[in-house]
Amino acid sequence: METILKIRNLTVEVEGKAILRNLDLDIAKNQNLILFGPNGSGKSTLIGAIMGFENYKVTSGTIEFSGKNIIGLTPDQRARLGIGVMFQHPPKIRGIQLKQFIELLSDKSNNSKEKDSLVETLNLSYLLDRDLNVDLSGGEIKRSELFQVLVQRPKLLLLDEPESGVDLENIALMGKALNSYLKRHKLSALIISHTGYILEYIKTKYACVMLEGKVCCHDNPTKIFSEIKSVGYERCKDCRCRSGIKK
Amino acid sequence: MTKKINHNFNQEDQDKIKKTGLDFSQKTRSASFIQQDNDILFNKSLLDGIEIEPIEAALNKYPQIKEKYYGKAFKELNKEYPKETVGGYFIRIKKGKKVEFPIQSCLFLKNKKFKQKVHNIIVAEEGAQAHIITGCASAKAAEEAYHLGISEFFVEKNAYLNFTMIHRWEKDIEVKPMSVAIVSQGGSFVSNYICLNPVRDIKMYPTAVLAKDCKATFSSLMVAYPNCIQDIGSRVIFKEPGASAEIISRAVSLGGEVIARGDLDSKAAGIKAHLECRGLIVTETGKIHAIPELKTKYRDVDMSHEAAIGKISKDEINYLRARGIPKEEAQSLIIRGFVDVNILALPEELRKEVDKLADQTLESGL
Ligand SMILES: Nc1ncnc2c1ncn2[C@@H]1O[C@H](COP(=O)(O)OP(=O)(O)O)[C@@H](O)[C@H]1O
Ligand SMILES: [Mg+2]
Repeated sequence: METILKIRNLTVEVEGKAILRNLDLDIAKNQNLILFGPNGSGKSTLIGAIMGFENYKVTSGTIEFSGKNIIGLTPDQRARLGIGVMFQHPPKIRGIQLKQFIELLSDKSNNSKEKDSLVETLNLSYLLDRDLNVDLSGGEIKRSELFQVLVQRPKLLLLDEPESGVDLENIALMGKALNSYLKRHKLSALIISHTGYILEYIKTKYACVMLEGKVCCHDNPTKIFSEIKSVGYERCKDCRCRSGIKK
Repeated sequence: MTKKINHNFNQEDQDKIKKTGLDFSQKTRSASFIQQDNDILFNKSLLDGIEIEPIEAALNKYPQIKEKYYGKAFKELNKEYPKETVGGYFIRIKKGKKVEFPIQSCLFLKNKKFKQKVHNIIVAEEGAQAHIITGCASAKAAEEAYHLGISEFFVEKNAYLNFTMIHRWEKDIEVKPMSVAIVSQGGSFVSNYICLNPVRDIKMYPTAVLAKDCKATFSSLMVAYPNCIQDIGSRVIFKEPGASAEIISRAVSLGGEVIARGDLDSKAAGIKAHLECRGLIVTETGKIHAIPELKTKYRDVDMSHEAAIGKISKDEINYLRARGIPKEEAQSLIIRGFVDVNILALPEELRKEVDKLADQTLESGL
């Protein structure tokens, strides 16, 4: 099967400390991968490294996107190739209204048609005049993030804990919007989840677990998640069932 | 009837003046005044109830202006002011008159080393309501010129006056506005100040003196370029209870120095006042000094301030770049967002105009 993202032997240092170690990961075209893992295991670091943020220093390995090694490209170049990210903790940007920002993004991605329907499905009309992430609730931030990344129309979505800090009602709203978008455009996504709630809405056969900077388990999401729910990540530490994504 | 202002500004000067908010067509304005160096080029009111005159003419015509207004705002503060002025305007909005379209004025520096010193008097009579937009600018040729603008505002009982000043100087111009607003019971005074172009040295500390149940708002947006100093503050003196005020500023240093002052001085109880000052330092060499001051000897006041100065954060740049926006563009977006026209207290139409002017100015400046 064709992969959209192929990571091999990736080691990433943050402030001189190795956070990701010899990590391998594949995401196939038109497929979603759920990534579980305890706090501090390196999930957000992986996203930062895929995007190429400066403070994530790649000391070994390759990251291929659509068959092209993207290490060395700037974050904006990667975004323009088609990688879109939904931040776990986006910064506040004062004086830029969501409305203006979306205009800018949709101009860049030639994606103005979907804008209005996304505003509706994600219940965002009352937030359009607000500054980016300023004085928004947890759910509002995530909905606005999802809106932005979908308007970008990436080929690969990286979603960093889209459901954390969001109430169940809003998780449902986002989960449905996301699922239909992914299907409609045949996109791929890497979805980091802490709570597993997103599993109800994103149907996929693939999940893995990150522990101490390594991806260590590939299995069916519901299976992994029920295990995590019952015994936490303790069992994962012993069960080094490494196999690569099941084809 | 043609309303268009006849003038002999060359294209370059005209463009500049337009960028300080002057509408040469007058379509969206209710009165206009234009002075270049010491010459009054135009003054006309399009509405009954608004007088607009060169100050000397007004003083000749109405002797009572001298007694009632001239120098009286400074006297209230026991403050001296330069007397050797030439020109300036007298604007009076008559009792109860509510004006929708703004009154506009422009003070323009044309000649090299010229020292323009004007004295303006603005009166909003009881219950009147008006907006004034005033632009100050200089021609390219006006090297090392100087502008002194003395302004006395009288906002009478229950009147509302909204005054917006846009500066557009050159990097070797020195500017010194001196303004005092006397606000009578129930009156409101709003001052908006915008300076997004280089200016060598500007120093101003406009002051409002509030009576019972008055309101004052001072907002400013400023950008300091290399080798420029902007020492800009606002002061509100509360003389009687029940008054409230807000001072808001946004200062960006692109290498220059900004001193952002704010002074709230309660000489009465029952006062509500807030001061908010944010600074953004873009380059290594820039400097911003925020000096917020709150003063009172009364217990029953609600006074607060917040000041924050920082640089553009890497997180913000990363965030925008991850959305496909190149680094330089991300930086300008953040600066443009920081210079937020929405902090100004402007009616919708004027806000849009000023927003557009800020877009044009910052596009070329950044
Ligand atoms: N900017 C940073 N500076 C220093 N340490 C960091 C930074 N980002 C992440 N880390 C460290 O890297 C490890 C992994 O963090 P992170 O990727 O955020 O984990 P997760 O997203 O799985 O919770 C943690 O120990 C964290 O403290
Ligand atoms: Mg994280």
